[in-house]
Amino acid sequence: MARIGVFICHCGENISATVDVGKVAEAAARIPGVAHSVDYKYMCSDPGQQMVQNAIREKNLTGVVVAACSPRMHEPTFRRACAAAGLNPFLCEMANIREHCSWVHEKGDATTEKAIDIVRTLVAKVKKNKALQPIKVPVTKVAMVIGGGIAGIQASLDIANAGHRVILVEREPSIGGHMSQLSETFPTLDCSQCILTPRMVEVAQHANITLHTYSELESLEGFIGNFKARIRKKARSLDEKLCTGCGLCAQKCPTRRIASEFDAGLGLRPAIYVPFPQAVPNKPVIDREHCTYYLKGKCRLCEKVCPTQAIRFDQEDEIVEVDVGAVVLATGFDIKHSDFFPEYGYGKHKDVIDGLQFERLASASGPTLGEMRRPSDGKVPETVVFVACAGSRDPAKGIEYCSKICCMYTAKHAMLYKHKVHHGKPYVFYMDIRAGGKMYEEFVRRAMEEDGVQYVRGRVSRIFERNGKLVVKGADTLLGARPMEIEADMVVLATAGVAQAGAEELAQKLHVSYDAHKFYAEAHPKLRPVETNTAGIFLAGACQAPKDIPESVAQASGAAAKVAALFSQAELVREPLIAVVDRQAPPLYSSCVGCFLCQSACPYQAIEKEEIRGRDGQLLKTVAKVNPGLCQGCGTCVAFCRTKSIDIQGFSHEQVHAEVLALLNRGDRDA
Amino acid sequence: MKTGFYPGCSMKGSAREYSESLLAVAAALGRDLPEVPDWNCCGATAAHNLDPDLALALPARILAAAEKEGMDEVLVPCAACYSRLSVTRHELLADEALRRRISGLVEADFRGSARVLNIIEWLAAIPGLEGMVKAPFARRVACYYGCLLVRPAGVVNFDRPEEPQSMDLLMKKIGAEPLDWAFKTECCGAGFSVSRTDLVAKLSGLILEDAVARGAEAVIVACPMCHLNLDMRRPNIERRAGKKYHIPVIYITQALGLAMGLPAKKLGLQRHKVAVKFPAANSAAKDI
Repeated sequence: MARIGVFICHCGENISATVDVGKVAEAAARIPGVAHSVDYKYMCSDPGQQMVQNAIREKNLTGVVVAACSPRMHEPTFRRACAAAGLNPFLCEMANIREHCSWVHEKGDATTEKAIDIVRTLVAKVKKNKALQPIKVPVTKVAMVIGGGIAGIQASLDIANAGHRVILVEREPSIGGHMSQLSETFPTLDCSQCILTPRMVEVAQHANITLHTYSELESLEGFIGNFKARIRKKARSLDEKLCTGCGLCAQKCPTRRIASEFDAGLGLRPAIYVPFPQAVPNKPVIDREHCTYYLKGKCRLCEKVCPTQAIRFDQEDEIVEVDVGAVVLATGFDIKHSDFFPEYGYGKHKDVIDGLQFERLASASGPTLGEMRRPSDGKVPETVVFVACAGSRDPAKGIEYCSKICCMYTAKHAMLYKHKVHHGKPYVFYMDIRAGGKMYEEFVRRAMEEDGVQYVRGRVSRIFERNGKLVVKGADTLLGARPMEIEADMVVLATAGVAQAGAEELAQKLHVSYDAHKFYAEAHPKLRPVETNTAGIFLAGACQAPKDIPESVAQASGAAAKVAALFSQAELVREPLIAVVDRQAPPLYSSCVGCFLCQSACPYQAIEKEEIRGRDGQLLKTVAKVNPGLCQGCGTCVAFCRTKSIDIQGFSHEQVHAEVLALLNRGDRDA
Repeated sequence: MKTGFYPGCSMKGSAREYSESLLAVAAALGRDLPEVPDWNCCGATAAHNLDPDLALALPARILAAAEKEGMDEVLVPCAACYSRLSVTRHELLADEALRRRISGLVEADFRGSARVLNIIEWLAAIPGLEGMVKAPFARRVACYYGCLLVRPAGVVNFDRPEEPQSMDLLMKKIGAEPLDWAFKTECCGAGFSVSRTDLVAKLSGLILEDAVARGAEAVIVACPMCHLNLDMRRPNIERRAGKKYHIPVIYITQALGLAMGLPAKKLGLQRHKVAVKFPAANSAAKDI
């Protein structure tokens, strides 16, 4: 005879404000088989868990239903509590009366009735639950970090320094990411390259780190602790072992007028190139889209001048297969280049540039060697207008969120400009200044007060050319919304920070969720900010949302700590909620008829063929078998099985049927 | 598909030539444009300054009448009328209680089945317009959209609100060269034409100045109010600027009619205050 305990949580007021929890407890007590029913303000708190444990011991419960929040939230909490009291954790079920009931309905009798119905179904289910044993799987103690910007570099170094092997995959020819493009960094104005490049070198030299640059993830299969990754190493057209990085090839390459990605289109590079002098690795790639040899079949000048004969025109992409136990996603962000605001003339006027282009103009390694010269004619701009929120916080035309980094980098830009052009006049158009961060507000104040940057609170309506000047039309909303026009020599748009190109495709390869803006979704916005919903895949840096350097680094170290914790275990424990194929005594052995429809339906390749043999070794039957390491418990095979021979443990036909019946037999309620 | 025509008051008065040229072009294109039966004033600027219900009721009555007549779309050439009808349709469709109340006020059932079209939408949907061109309108033109044709973006859902292109594309179709200029959607002063003529002289003057400075031979408009300010208020503009502007201001339908070879008189070109004359193609936009 079942002895079920029902524990109803108020969740503060989250549930009790709309559901009459006392009434739910009373109704639950009347359900046949329920031996104990109580409600409590915070069931997940220590005293709440104690109530559950005491009841298990005192009333000798055979099953527990906690009517509270989603199982995503606290199922592990209560299952642990049950286990501590000696009840098999899989005999504990959550009745979700918060997300599925109290949060989505108004206060009233119908809402309470629904909560009772939910409890009723779970009581019916838990009566059919079986004690299950967790599955143990080994852990491959190798981490794969995708993205070699500052977040990926930090995560790689931290994991490697914890003593684990790291495979770092970077799409571009060099690691470094956006940070390597920056001139100086706020709020200290230290040079970005000076603090980044030593880290890049450390990555390259670290014994525990294997670096794959100019490479992309092809596919990822498996599960936490046991992933199989295929990495496409794009052909550099070069034997990396022979190349010494002397740079002669790039010097001699006759195709030299290709817009440099590293210089954000402001500089030029040859067809065989290293993105920047401090690149890691310092080995060039041939850009096959522009190389004369690949286009016309002639040239091969680089091959002739290479002192080590390292050029390989016929090199093909190589696929590397690796086993990894954890993945850190650190693919970063991009800035919006397109015409969010056609009226601002980006792409039309050469001297309307974006923030990243300004970084290159201000950088000592940039196309002007750090001299402040505008792109159109190389003149020193006397008046520069910086437009903050060019696309951010604008649900009508841009994106609704705040890109977070622009207030700070715009203040930095205006300051750097003033430091280089002392007589120059910098203006900043802004909506609000969001300078939350250590020494951030002080930094913006310094731009205003010490460097004399003119801050104008208002939006820019249009930028157009008149008599060789860029006329910036805007309004000063602090001076009576007075329309104003500034004749500028250069305009810098702080365009919105957006997800990296290809972010969506990569997320789908990895089965991680992402938001409407293609930023990767964390498992919990407050409490699990570095984990994804897919176990074993972690997040670092701006691929999750726009972030500045300190935040990216902090999150990267957080992700690395998670990976190290995962790798500290000898084996992983997984929930046994997986498919099992019927096995029974002779003469049937199994109700499975061996059609293997399940095998073709399984998205995880978890179904194998098993040959059942007699004592003398003769083949009796070939039936399906589930590999417990690979099965994710999705249930697709169950739907395909014609003889109902596959069931999901914890969600068996019998259990689900009992739940449905409990709902259909609502008439019993008042009996 | 039945397309109705809502002229509004200006098309019958100060902008007669807009109506004349539209109907002439429509006839040449073989398009029938029956007027919405028993139409009334859209409320213009006055209604929504005085009474929010009236501002919705007047256009709702017009649209209900069009729907009753079985019209699937209503062409509203005046940009101000277009704005009032679009805003009303948008607001009533977003709020069922409001829709019922306003329908009750005008004693007609507005359902929202008739779409509201501006002149550019209507022309752009006509296939093979290029084929109708007999005498390409080979002029450098400044396409002036004004404020109401493309705004508010969420209501009219038409073209880009700050840097629209649809009129430019139409002008290209008839052989004109639309210029990239800075005052496409700036305000002409609109209804202040009567009460603050000085303001209109300033704002409309800036528009003309930029068009002329960039070498435009004509300003193309799609709004009677814009036309009135740029054309009829030309003496005020010139007095304020202290110089003469000869650039003609032409309705989009007039430019189209000219390209289609329709006689100037049928297009009402003689009705403009500023004579529609073009300088020789290569000479600067000085006196003629």
